[in-house]
Amino acid sequence: MPKEQLKKIAQEATAEFNNAKNREELEALRINYFGKKGALTQILRGMGKLSAEERPLIGKYANEIKEKLETILDNRLAVLKEEMQQLQLREERIDVTLPGINFFQGRKHPLTQVLDEIKNIFVTMGFSIAEGPEIELDYYNFEALNIPKNHPARDMQDSFYITDDILLRTHTSPVQIRVYEKMAPRLPVKIIAPGKVFRRDDDATHSPMFHQVEGFLIDENITFGDLKGTLLAFIKKIFGEDREIRLRPSYFPFTEPSAEVDVSCIICNGAGCRVCSNTGWLEILGSGMVHPKVLEMTGYDPEKVTGFAFGMGVERIAMLKYGIDDLRLLFDNDLRFLEQF
Amino acid sequence: MRVSYNWLKEYVNINISPGELAEKLTMSGLEVDKLEYLAQEIENVVVGKILEVSSHPNAEKLFVCSVDVGNNVLQIVTGAPNIKKNITVPVALVGALLPNGIKIEKANFRGISSDGMLCSAEELKLDIPQNLQQEEPGILILGDDAVIGMSVTDYFGLDDYIFELELTPNRADCLSMINVAREVAVICGEKLRLPKINPEGIEGRFPFTVTIKDESLCNRYIALKIDKIKLGPSPRWMQERLLAGGMRPINNVVDVTNYVMLETGQPLHAFDFDKLVGNKIIVRRAKESETIVTLDGNLRKLDSEMLLIADDNGPVAIAGVMGGLDSEVTSQTRTVLLESAHFENMSVRKTARKLGLRSEASSRFEKGVDKEGALFAACRAFELLAGLTTDTSSGGKIDVYPVPWEAPIIGLRTARVNKILGVSLSTSKIKELLAKLNFRVTDETEDQLSYLIPSYRQDITREIDLIEEVARFYGYNNIEATLPYSEMRPEQKTPLQSLEEEIKNQAANLGLTEVVTYSFINPDFGDKLNLSSENAWVETIKMANPLSEEQSVMRTTLIPGLLSVCERNFNRRQKDLAIFEVGRVYLPTLTGILPQERLHFAALISGKFNPGWSWPVQNFDFYYLKGIIEKLIKGLMRKTPQFQPLVEKGIFHPMRSAVIFVGDRQIGAMGELHPKVQETFGLAQKVYLTHLDLQLMIELEKEKFYYQPIPKFPSVTRDMAILLSEEVSSLAIGEIIKKVGGDLVSSFELFDVYRGSQITKGYKSLAYGITYQGRSRTLTDKEVTEVHEKIREAIKNELKAEFR
Repeated sequence: MPKEQLKKIAQEATAEFNNAKNREELEALRINYFGKKGALTQILRGMGKLSAEERPLIGKYANEIKEKLETILDNRLAVLKEEMQQLQLREERIDVTLPGINFFQGRKHPLTQVLDEIKNIFVTMGFSIAEGPEIELDYYNFEALNIPKNHPARDMQDSFYITDDILLRTHTSPVQIRVYEKMAPRLPVKIIAPGKVFRRDDDATHSPMFHQVEGFLIDENITFGDLKGTLLAFIKKIFGEDREIRLRPSYFPFTEPSAEVDVSCIICNGAGCRVCSNTGWLEILGSGMVHPKVLEMTGYDPEKVTGFAFGMGVERIAMLKYGIDDLRLLFDNDLRFLEQF
Repeated sequence: MRVSYNWLKEYVNINISPGELAEKLTMSGLEVDKLEYLAQEIENVVVGKILEVSSHPNAEKLFVCSVDVGNNVLQIVTGAPNIKKNITVPVALVGALLPNGIKIEKANFRGISSDGMLCSAEELKLDIPQNLQQEEPGILILGDDAVIGMSVTDYFGLDDYIFELELTPNRADCLSMINVAREVAVICGEKLRLPKINPEGIEGRFPFTVTIKDESLCNRYIALKIDKIKLGPSPRWMQERLLAGGMRPINNVVDVTNYVMLETGQPLHAFDFDKLVGNKIIVRRAKESETIVTLDGNLRKLDSEMLLIADDNGPVAIAGVMGGLDSEVTSQTRTVLLESAHFENMSVRKTARKLGLRSEASSRFEKGVDKEGALFAACRAFELLAGLTTDTSSGGKIDVYPVPWEAPIIGLRTARVNKILGVSLSTSKIKELLAKLNFRVTDETEDQLSYLIPSYRQDITREIDLIEEVARFYGYNNIEATLPYSEMRPEQKTPLQSLEEEIKNQAANLGLTEVVTYSFINPDFGDKLNLSSENAWVETIKMANPLSEEQSVMRTTLIPGLLSVCERNFNRRQKDLAIFEVGRVYLPTLTGILPQERLHFAALISGKFNPGWSWPVQNFDFYYLKGIIEKLIKGLMRKTPQFQPLVEKGIFHPMRSAVIFVGDRQIGAMGELHPKVQETFGLAQKVYLTHLDLQLMIELEKEKFYYQPIPKFPSVTRDMAILLSEEVSSLAIGEIIKKVGGDLVSSFELFDVYRGSQITKGYKSLAYGITYQGRSRTLTDKEVTEVHEKIREAIKNELKAEFR
């Protein structure tokens, strides 16, 4: 009789456990069967009334049933837990497409960003960085660079003067002279000199203040080929490996031979477009071999020492790199522009 | 310099296309800025003859013409008031393109169809030779030489290319067609054909004297007397070439002088011989306040720096710049005195500048003219003029040439060429390259060549100039790119450069956006910023020639720049901004001979920052900016800045501003913009500003840094709410906590500031959390209570504080 009873309980309990809708229901069922007054507990308790032969058999059977039911209960509990969790996870759904926190983040000016890049490239090539005054002596800005008073080359650079002898530097080249004077006769001198320069020009394509980077290397055996190699390496780093350069004869009073350096157009790859005026080339910097007169004037022997110098406009490079078509944007300081960088 | 392709062909055979030539000129150092095909914008416009003209039946102001265009007779409607029978006119055929972009189509004007359009000079955008210029408006009437059916572009000689050369200052020789042709001859490997002249034809003396008083300013003066001039228009071919070269035809005499100037680079001037008084030319400096009325009709006041051409009566021309009106060639002129002279470039340059008078002549003299070429030019001009009018003849020549040109001989060492260029050329190869230039070799050894430099190449004065020529003809792009071999040195930046880079990075990371403003500012900034006259910023460096008054002094502070950026952005509805600038300011205090330049940092914040939909908006205020400064200085120097109330009058709100110290060094200031200044700048909302002197920061040593062990023992935090008079700054509390707490206090934090109804007016309540921690053991409750009480007592006694 108890065996039938047990069997029945087992059947009922199995069905009820498996039908339990949630953990609370299952807990109530557990108490119903396994609690102090639970059905199974009752039966196990009534075992004392059984005969000695029956007792071990029924006892064994009852334990088997108990273990089985406990397993079923545990399994059901696991299932319910999983379901609950799934449910909860579903309820915790968020819209991952909503924007993240907008960190308070500023930007460096595009000119600074480009300048940093230029500096890094040359520093990696072993150049040091030097600076010079922005308010400069006429001597350093012109005379010592082989541009005497009334030299036609001064035509190219209408200058802001403070007094007859002091002006806002019109290029970063005077840093060359200052460094040579300081270093002579030590070698090598391998410097880039970034900074602000000023010319008396203000229109759509000229700003009265702009930025240049001067670079120069003098040593015992520096050639025009080295100038080409150095500039090619630089251009490829800043505008990409696909870029080519070409050098055109030009004139600067403080270099000779002088060369204007063009880079294959970064927009059309040399095919010809509006930006390069259909030439396939963009004028990017001026360069040349340091003029013997400049070396003489600063205390180097041009028979022993040769070297190259180059200068580039940071604005020009920034405009090409970022496709900026109006120079004035760079000095207008409209946040809608600056925050894009 | 505008160079006509057709004209060039007179001197040299060109075996490549204009496009190729442009490319090659550019690559050899004569940069072609623009290559222009003159007839580019005109297509299908031909010469037509008007056969019949009748009034339009339905329109008062229109005419119906029948026009012979060679292979056809067309009916064309026109509104031109000057239309008449038998004239030849430009006819735009159906399908024609005009420079204004108009495409001609078959049209119907009130019932009458029109097979084209008759054109005016404007519609064709043509520079018209003199003889065709017309007073009355309307259709362009062509000359008798127009052949019916021929293309109008051919008629006007427009089938030509113009190379616009952007010449470098050293190549002033190429302000001459002939010298450009020399380069083209090298490029094309062709021979140069110079115009033939006969110098003997102008020999002979005439009763006249030329005296050069200042040989340093005038090195040669050739005066040519040309008799039996008959003034009139120059021939079409000459006018067309002048137009192509960018000059206006005037009359045959003037046109010839201009033509020869374009051809040879030598400016010429023609005087009316009979108007020169005393049969003489004196080349001298002007007397102070001497005057002359120049050809353009203006009275010019001269000074003793300027060189004059004078006769017995006074000035007749400003040397190399412009002739005088009184001696101008007119229709009455019978005899001309032609001047072909050499004036010193700097003097002409200065004079032209001072007078604000720049001419084709002065710009050539300024850049340097070949004095050896003066005779060629004079002779060429005479022969051209003589070729135009049958009677014209030479009346003789005077050539005053005090110090004749001596051609320099320059040596060129092969080893030097190779050392500079990084190539390995042989002497013979170098000789071959330079042979194209037609320079004479005067001496030759195995490793050196000597060259006689012709007078027209005044840019070549030393060996390096010849090396450049070698490079030019060898081809810059044939020189192999190599990387320099040079001793490696550790890369160096100055501390200031490093600081500049670092502060920009950190400022950007702290939310500030970098701006770049001009280094020159408006001198009224002192008033606008409410600065007292004693303020050091007020003393500025002034520019002698600023672009405008608004940009005429060098900034002594970055603040005005930031405020103008703020103003501009506010005006564009950008109301929330956080910006900074790093740049130099310029102080009149001298460092040696030059003014002092100091690197400054300044920042401005205004408005608010909105982190997004889920987080509270942060308002920019004093403490926001202060936090940025603290982080910035801590990040750069590992030092904590101190802030003390600012007392001086100026740009800041007097009750909301502070000076910034690091240690005992004041490095800057910060605060809310003074309401007065805010109003002056028209700013609608509050603005917070700071400025730091980076040079001062460098001078302070960066704190050496060692790590602190992570505490092993637990800490206890106790709160303290302090009621304090507004007059007392919170700085004092921190100092007491540190002083009294000593080693036991590991940190403290202000977590609340309260002002309001629950406390007395004029008081604030500051709530601090003080964290106690033992370095080597766990503190007992009693120890913590004791020290906490001590701090409390000290604050109470020293600051007259109460506790809540």
